[in-house]
Amino acid sequence: MVTADEVWAALAEVPDPEIPVVSLVELGVIRDVRVSGHRVRVELTPTFLGCPALEAMKRELEAKVGALGAEAEVAVVHDDSWSTDKITAVGREKLRAAGFAPPAPRAAGPTTLVQLQSKAFRCPYCGSNETRLENIFGPTPCRSIRWCETCRQPFEQFKTI
Amino acid sequence: MHANERARQLLAIADDELILGWRDSEWTGIAPTLEEDVAFSSIAQNEIGHARALYELAARELGSDADTLAFDRAPDDYLCAPLVELHLLDWAHTIARRWLYEEADRVRIEHLMRGDDELAGLAAKIDREETYHRLHAEMWAARLRDEPRFRAAVDELWPYALGVLPQELRPELARRVGLDGSNGFGDAHGRGSHRPELQELWETMTEVRRSAPGAQW
Repeated sequence: MVTADEVWAALAEVPDPEIPVVSLVELGVIRDVRVSGHRVRVELTPTFLGCPALEAMKRELEAKVGALGAEAEVAVVHDDSWSTDKITAVGREKLRAAGFAPPAPRAAGPTTLVQLQSKAFRCPYCGSNETRLENIFGPTPCRSIRWCETCRQPFEQFKTI
Repeated sequence: MHANERARQLLAIADDELILGWRDSEWTGIAPTLEEDVAFSSIAQNEIGHARALYELAARELGSDADTLAFDRAPDDYLCAPLVELHLLDWAHTIARRWLYEEADRVRIEHLMRGDDELAGLAAKIDREETYHRLHAEMWAARLRDEPRFRAAVDELWPYALGVLPQELRPELARRVGLDGSNGFGDAHGRGSHRPELQELWETMTEVRRSAPGAQW
């Protein structure tokens, strides 16, 4: 019979469909794993509800659990329990190395335009803080576009959620 | 709350998000700047994601599924507010609608977040994501505040914006956007009747699904 630790280890190998440099475990979107007999229930929290990769994530998790010889049930949890603060330290470093600036920590109140327009965001390529907001929105709901004044190129910034 | 009443409440919000998501996506490729093209496409995608989560909740009450609720009802059976149905071809009106809708939606979401059920948890998630939609809308509203075309568009759409909310939440919206609510909101364009252009939107939106019933892709 499969154990919860074995399931977590297997899920740690499932890459994010949109940003394959990080795994779903590093992204912190696997909220819980419960094993009962040959059944495994995995709770998945979406990053953004509009994430187009949600169905792909679900299928990949089911396949991975299935490969362990267990019967998978992947439940998508629609609540506020996921935050970008749940991305692991290893996950953040992998994102940065791949050119995605990791998210700022979640603040007490909602994000403001002043915060987004501040220079608190570091370019993932050259490390400069001389960056500006180009667009709150980007190629997926979870990303913004910023511009680095120092190395003069755009980069993708994870939105804080 | 009665199960049917609860399902109707969820469908009304889901339909608003789906239909506005569709309308916003109509700017994909033709927005005034490339950055707005990206912004409107992303906002539209996310609104439709909110619709999906709300339809899934409603589907559990109704013994249905999200796609069936989103695409298999007749146009007259949608519960969306006329504001989101309007086919707006002008940027000033489009920004006025985005801004007014986000303000109205915020009043509604904050109300739902105070509940103690599953919908409250979903509303909290939606609220956090909507922060970015609001920043975008507020940025544009601030930029266009003194433009006569924008002000005229806000005045024109104001009765429609009131119609997004039930009577008891309308004064709160008036207070937040600083618009007049002194006439008792008697001229609000509320839910219950549809704009003629919803039919055309529905025909386009459901065309593929109707042409190949039951298809999987």
